[in-house]
Amino acid sequence: MTPLIALLALPLAGALMAVAVPHRGARIAGVVVVASAGALIMLVAQWGIPHAAPGGWGAPLGIMLEADGLALAFMAMVLAVMAGVCATAAPMRELPTPFWPLALLAWAALNAIFVSRDLFNLYVGLELLTLAAVALVATGGDKALAAALRYLIFALTGSILYLAGVVLVYSAHGVLDVSLLAATLPAPTDRVAMGLMTAGLLIKTALFPFHVWLPPAHAAAPAPASAMLSALVPKASFVILLRLWFEAMPDAADDRLLTALAVLGALAVGHGGIMALRQTRLKQIIAYSTVAQIGYLFLVFPLAGGDGAAQPWAAGAWTGAVFQALSHGLAKAAMFLCAGLWIIAVGSDRLEDLRGLARGLPMTAMAFALAAITLMGLPPSGGFTAKYLMMTTAFASGQVVWALVLAGGGLLAAAYLYRPMGALFAREIPAFTPVPRYLQAVPLVLALLAVGMGVLSDGLYAFLQLGRPGTAEEGL
Amino acid sequence: MTALLPVAILLSSLIPAGVTFFLAQDSHRLRNTLSLGGATVKLALIVVMLVAVGQGASYEARLNLAPGLYLLLRIDALSLLFMTLSAVLWLLTTVYAIAYFGTKAELSRFFGFFSLCVGATTGLAMAGSLITFFLFFELLTLSTWPLVVHKQDAKSLAAGRSYLTFALPGSAALLLAIVWLESATGPVLFTEPPDLSVMPDSHLRIIFALFIAGLGVKAALVPLHGWLPGAMAAPAPVSALLHAVAVVKAGAFGIVRLVYDVFGIASVQDLGLGTPLALLASVTILWGSVRALQQGEIKKRLAFSTVSQVSYIVLGAALAGPYAAIGGLAHLVHQGLMKITLFFCAGIFDERAGAKRIEDLNGLGARMPVTSVCFSLGALGMIGLPPMAGFVSKVYLGLGGLQAGAPWVLGVLAASTLLNAAYFLPLLYRLWFLPAADAATGDERAPLLVAPAAITALASLAVGVFAASALSPLGWATLIVTREYLP
Repeated sequence: MTPLIALLALPLAGALMAVAVPHRGARIAGVVVVASAGALIMLVAQWGIPHAAPGGWGAPLGIMLEADGLALAFMAMVLAVMAGVCATAAPMRELPTPFWPLALLAWAALNAIFVSRDLFNLYVGLELLTLAAVALVATGGDKALAAALRYLIFALTGSILYLAGVVLVYSAHGVLDVSLLAATLPAPTDRVAMGLMTAGLLIKTALFPFHVWLPPAHAAAPAPASAMLSALVPKASFVILLRLWFEAMPDAADDRLLTALAVLGALAVGHGGIMALRQTRLKQIIAYSTVAQIGYLFLVFPLAGGDGAAQPWAAGAWTGAVFQALSHGLAKAAMFLCAGLWIIAVGSDRLEDLRGLARGLPMTAMAFALAAITLMGLPPSGGFTAKYLMMTTAFASGQVVWALVLAGGGLLAAAYLYRPMGALFAREIPAFTPVPRYLQAVPLVLALLAVGMGVLSDGLYAFLQLGRPGTAEEGL
Repeated sequence: MTALLPVAILLSSLIPAGVTFFLAQDSHRLRNTLSLGGATVKLALIVVMLVAVGQGASYEARLNLAPGLYLLLRIDALSLLFMTLSAVLWLLTTVYAIAYFGTKAELSRFFGFFSLCVGATTGLAMAGSLITFFLFFELLTLSTWPLVVHKQDAKSLAAGRSYLTFALPGSAALLLAIVWLESATGPVLFTEPPDLSVMPDSHLRIIFALFIAGLGVKAALVPLHGWLPGAMAAPAPVSALLHAVAVVKAGAFGIVRLVYDVFGIASVQDLGLGTPLALLASVTILWGSVRALQQGEIKKRLAFSTVSQVSYIVLGAALAGPYAAIGGLAHLVHQGLMKITLFFCAGIFDERAGAKRIEDLNGLGARMPVTSVCFSLGALGMIGLPPMAGFVSKVYLGLGGLQAGAPWVLGVLAASTLLNAAYFLPLLYRLWFLPAADAATGDERAPLLVAPAAITALASLAVGVFAASALSPLGWATLIVTREYLP
């Protein structure tokens, strides 16, 4: 078994085992984390683009799996987040038993999406991920059921739209492999197909105005599940969007469409930020912050896809968006894990109950602060590198308005993240249940990784260029 | 070796910071050793470098972040000027802070951020490119916040919020300015001024205004100074460091870099930006003094005095001409020494005699003679009495004004001197000539609090008396100006 196949098989096998031996879920997840880390290190060390063709059939008959820089970087981020999630969830007795198989299943689905290059295969991965994610929300108990159901309805609508688009593509081209599609001649139905698939993916990525399912779902799930849902799940559909627009059908792009995507992104930044300012519960603030942060990702379409004059910088914008997705994943997971620990400590995530907690759990307060720096896009952090790369493109290509969105979004983030920080630093000395130091260290490590992405970004930048689509440089 | 030294200097603050965060609350000895050790090592490294740079050496270290984005630490004479100031004052303030806090709570957090804050200042000084400067500028913003809110009471938290409300939009403006400029010119190094002709003048003017808005928040240029008086809620060692070297100086230093090493003084004049900046600085000088006059609290009065005095540096940078440049740069050090003395003393008055308002100073001169002498030296220096440091700065600035064809600067300096006298002399009068209130107490049996104040007070006298020496701040400023700006 090659390391690439192992990365897909390990979480899947883990999920099945966790079903078979429910009370050993945490231990199984631990083994999967360690083994996956080994496989991933082997892949990264090769510094290339590993391929695999399960069953020995290549495209177009079989399915090709390919782990380019983008896929490997996302798999590494997912691994880090899952390790954090498993470490904090393991001692939580109140987590329902289905949590572990579902979490592992979602992980397998995520990895499958990152390495798939076949539109239908991506659909299968997406469905698997959606169902696991919806069920994870439902592990929050009775109060989470309504949110889970709403999520399910949105997600299934998204799936149907996406699938309809895939059908159109297949009927027009007869192939579904991303690389083969890029080589085919454009068909008249491409626009419609892309529109359908994109709409479906926007719903799953929770881009404004399709985000309404996200805040209640992410706030209602248990904290380790929220960490996965907020940090990882929307990234999968975003990666598919990148694959579609930059790799499969760059010719279907149209300036107005690209601008429309970015406008929605800008609205998401504004709306998510303002809504986050108005929440009184920490998990809801973090959930709305996800809505806002996802908005940034969509600025990549006009920035990297703009006219030819922007070429030397466009690769920067594409890489910047990937940096944003990765660092947001790490930082957001750190925040939700902090929230989970604080709920253990004081039994609530209301801001007024968290007052003064920095004294009791200083490491989590530090973790939250570092994660906040990344979300605000302040240096040094992955969020800053992302923002810098995208902003430079915005100015170089004369699309200044997107730079203003980035700057304004950072200020809004500072405003809504200041409220929990202010509460944590209040003078009160609250009564709280102590949390072991090693648990406090988990979100700190994740937050440090997000910050470290901004310090050691050179290697990551170079790595992301492995297999980067040429269109990210030439413009769509 | 040449790449290692700047990194080592940076690490001499960052390593103690990183370790201190994880120290238990009661490991006082280890924490103090770390802070003092870091400060001493740094000072030693800087002395090594001062000698080398005086002979013409320069140091450089570089870390790539992404194409077109890298960290560049580069040491030239100007960075050393700022760095030496920050290292000396860090050591003294650490001694002062250890004595000031004793065994109070949350000291690991305090000293961790304190070291981080100084590390950021050092990074700022060594920054060789705009983006590196920005990086440390932000590190400074963020590491200062926990220091400002250290007491964690409502007043400190409000001060912290007001600080961020000013600082974060400021950094957004700064980032926009940097990225806008660099998107046209490529990465801007301070050693190689960018080719500005690729951009239309109107854009350059907007960029310059954005830069001044971003840097002006830290330098407390009117009307962006609103956060500074409130930040007085912080503990005395923080106020001392904030006003002398850390935050406001970072802004002023940034403006010097901007005018000389990014735009270049010639372009600033050609674009017609020098005079508006000089006027803005003059307004700040006068407005800060007027507001200082109205304050009844000692620390508030000192805070508004900072608003006024820091703009001398900006004024020096804005006026075209070597004299003004020398005066401004020398004032960077002079103001730091004098202002930290005043804040050290204000902290001692507060801590040992409970004197917070100016009335409380009555008759303290007899009871606390050393502190009062130091305070008086600092105050007289600020007024610009010969041969104190402040006099030297003002003479050079005045000459610079004449040289740059802006004789009105003399009027500003004269008015400011009068106002300085008007808000400082009453304090001295109260200290030395008014009888103490009956219930007054106060002593200065705290050698570790008084010694740093005495050292800085003597230093601010010495840099004035020995201004003609090549090793004085003035001599060093002259070296910088002749070497870098008048090739």
